[in-house]
Amino acid sequence: MGVTLVLASMLLFGILNLAPGGPFDAQIAQSHVQDPTYLERLNKMIGLDKPIHERYLDWVGNVLHGSLGESWSIARGQQVNAIIGSRLPNTVMLMTLGLIFSLLIALVIGTISAVRQYSLLDNLFTAFSFFGISIPAFWFGLIMLKFFGLQLRIFPVGGIYSVGHENDLLDRAWHLILPMIVLSLLQVAQWSRFLRSSLLETLRQDYVRTARAKGQKERWVLLHHSMRNALIPLVTVIALAIPTLFGGAIFTEYIFNWPGMGQLLVNSVLSVDWPVAMGVVIITAALTIMANFLADVAYVVVDPRIRY
Amino acid sequence: MAATTTVVSLPAQPTQPSTQEQVKSKGELAIVWQRFRKHRFALLGLGALIFMLLISTAAPLAQWGPNEIDRSITDPQYVAHGFAPPSTTHWFGTDELNRDMFSRILWAGRISLAVGFLTVAIGATIGIFVGALAGFYGGWLDTVLMRITDLFLSFPFLPTLILISAMLHQYKFGAVDITLVQVTTIVCVLALLGWMDTARLVRGQFLSLLNRDFVLAARALGADGRRIMLRHLIPNSLAPIIVAASLNVGAFIIAESAISFLGVGVSPPTASWGSMLADFQSYLRYSAVAVLLPGGAIFITVMAINFVGDGLRDALDPWLRNR
Repeated sequence: MGVTLVLASMLLFGILNLAPGGPFDAQIAQSHVQDPTYLERLNKMIGLDKPIHERYLDWVGNVLHGSLGESWSIARGQQVNAIIGSRLPNTVMLMTLGLIFSLLIALVIGTISAVRQYSLLDNLFTAFSFFGISIPAFWFGLIMLKFFGLQLRIFPVGGIYSVGHENDLLDRAWHLILPMIVLSLLQVAQWSRFLRSSLLETLRQDYVRTARAKGQKERWVLLHHSMRNALIPLVTVIALAIPTLFGGAIFTEYIFNWPGMGQLLVNSVLSVDWPVAMGVVIITAALTIMANFLADVAYVVVDPRIRY
Repeated sequence: MAATTTVVSLPAQPTQPSTQEQVKSKGELAIVWQRFRKHRFALLGLGALIFMLLISTAAPLAQWGPNEIDRSITDPQYVAHGFAPPSTTHWFGTDELNRDMFSRILWAGRISLAVGFLTVAIGATIGIFVGALAGFYGGWLDTVLMRITDLFLSFPFLPTLILISAMLHQYKFGAVDITLVQVTTIVCVLALLGWMDTARLVRGQFLSLLNRDFVLAARALGADGRRIMLRHLIPNSLAPIIVAASLNVGAFIIAESAISFLGVGVSPPTASWGSMLADFQSYLRYSAVAVLLPGGAIFITVMAINFVGDGLRDALDPWLRNR
C-alpha cells in the first residue's frame, strides 16, 4: 500500500518536472522587465534551478517531515499544508453531504425499481440512470447554474456563503444545495442501478422464499432478508466511489466557485503551481489507495461469510 | 412495450428453432445483429451515433468555416457580444465572436469522436497485451504486470489527467499543427490512464478459459502459446472486451471535453465541445442556446454510445446481463 503510494508520487513528480519553465515565464513575458537574470533569480528562489533528482529528494524529505512544500504562485511562500488545510473542510463537507444524499436517493430508487421490476416507474428510473451516467457533470452544473441561479434566481450562483452571513447556517445550506445535486447525479444513477440488480438477485434466493413461506410480511422480507444482503456489495461500490466523488467535486467546485480541493487543483494547475497541485493529487491518491483497502476490509466486516 | 414487440416479432422468426448448422451458416455477426436489433434503444443509439459520425465527417461541407467570423451581422446588440439567434444563414446562431455555431459544433465533433474512438483502440490494445501476457504466462510476469496495473489504478483518474494535461500544455510547439499535437497528446494520456480495466478483464477471462477443454485440446494437438492465445483465448474473450470498450468510448469523450473545458485540452480557436462550453461559461447571461448546444452534443453522443454498449452487452453474451 505504502509502496504503491511512493511509486505513484515518484512517477507523478517526475512527469511534472518534465514541464519546461516555471510559474514565472508567463508573468515575465507580460511584464516590462528586460533583465534576463530576473527570471533566473525568481526560479532560484523557488528552487527551480536545481536538477530534477535533487528537487525530488528535497520534496520527499519535506513530505517525510510532514510538509508538502511551499506554494509557487497562487499564494507564493505559503505552506501547501496550510492552503490545503483551509480548503479540505469545504470539500469534505460537500462530499459527505453529497454521499449521504446520493445514498438516500439511490436506496429509494433502487428499491422501487427492484420491487416493481419492469413497471412504468422502473422504466422511468432506467431512463434516468442512463441520463445520469451520460451527462457530463460540468454541463449539468452549468445548466443548473443558468436556470436556477441566473434565470429563476432561486439559488445562489456560487460560493459557500453570502457576504455578511458567514455564521448563518441556513444561508450556507442554501449555497450547498445546487453543488450537492450536481455532485450526486452520477452516483445516484450508478448506485440505484447497482442496488436494483443486487436486490433482484437476493429476491430470487431460497432464504427469501423461505421467509415468505413462513408467512412473514412482504415489507419485513424486503427490509430484513433481502435488503440486508443486497447492501453488502454496495458497501464496496461506495468505498470505491470516494475518489470518484472527489473527481466529480473538481468540476462542481470549479463551476460553483466552491473553495475546496477541486477548485484549488484547477487554480494551481492553471497557474503552474506544481507543489500545490502535487499536494492535492498525492492526497487524492492516498485517498484512492485507502478507499481500495477500506473496500476490502468493509466487505469482510459486513459479510461474515467471507474470511481470509 | 416489451410484450408487444415479442408478439409482433414472433411470426417473423420461423428460422429460430432451426438446427445448429443453420444458425452457424448465418455467421456469428448475423446472430449478434439479430439479437442487437431487438434492443430498441440500442438501435436508436446506433442511429444517433452514425448520424453524429456522418455529419462530423461532412463538416468541411458546411456553409461556414469553423473560425470564420460573420461580419455581415450589423445589429449592434450582436456586434457587441455575439450570440446572434438561429437564422437561415446560421442554423444554430453564432457564438461570442459571431462564428457559425453549427459549423463549430461539427468541427468539434470530429475532435471529440476521434479522441473517443482512437483512445479506446489504443487503450484496449495495451490492455489486451498486458492482460494476455499476465493471464497466459502467470508466475512472476503476472505479478509484475498486475503490480503495474495496480500502480496505475492508484492514480486518481481525473486529477492525474488534469495534472498531466496541464504539464503538457506548458510545451510550446513552433510551426507544427498545434491541434494535431494536442489531440495526439490527449489520446496518449487518456490511453495511458485508461487501459487497466481491459487488462484486468482480459487476464480474468484468460484464467477462466485456460483450463477449458478446447484449450487443453489445442495444447494436446501441439499448438504453441502464441497460437492458443491468438486463435482460441483472445477470440473467446472478445465479447466482454468489446462491451467494456464501447462503454469506454463515452467515458473518454467526456474526459476529453472535461480537460478542454478546464483549458488544458484543445486550445482555442480550435473548437472542441469542451472548450466551446468553457468559452460560453462567461456568457451564461446572454444565451441559453450557447450552453445547451455543445453540452447537448456531448450528452447525446455519450448517451448513444451507452445505449449501443448496453445493446452489445445483451447481444454478445446473454449471460453477461445483470452481472
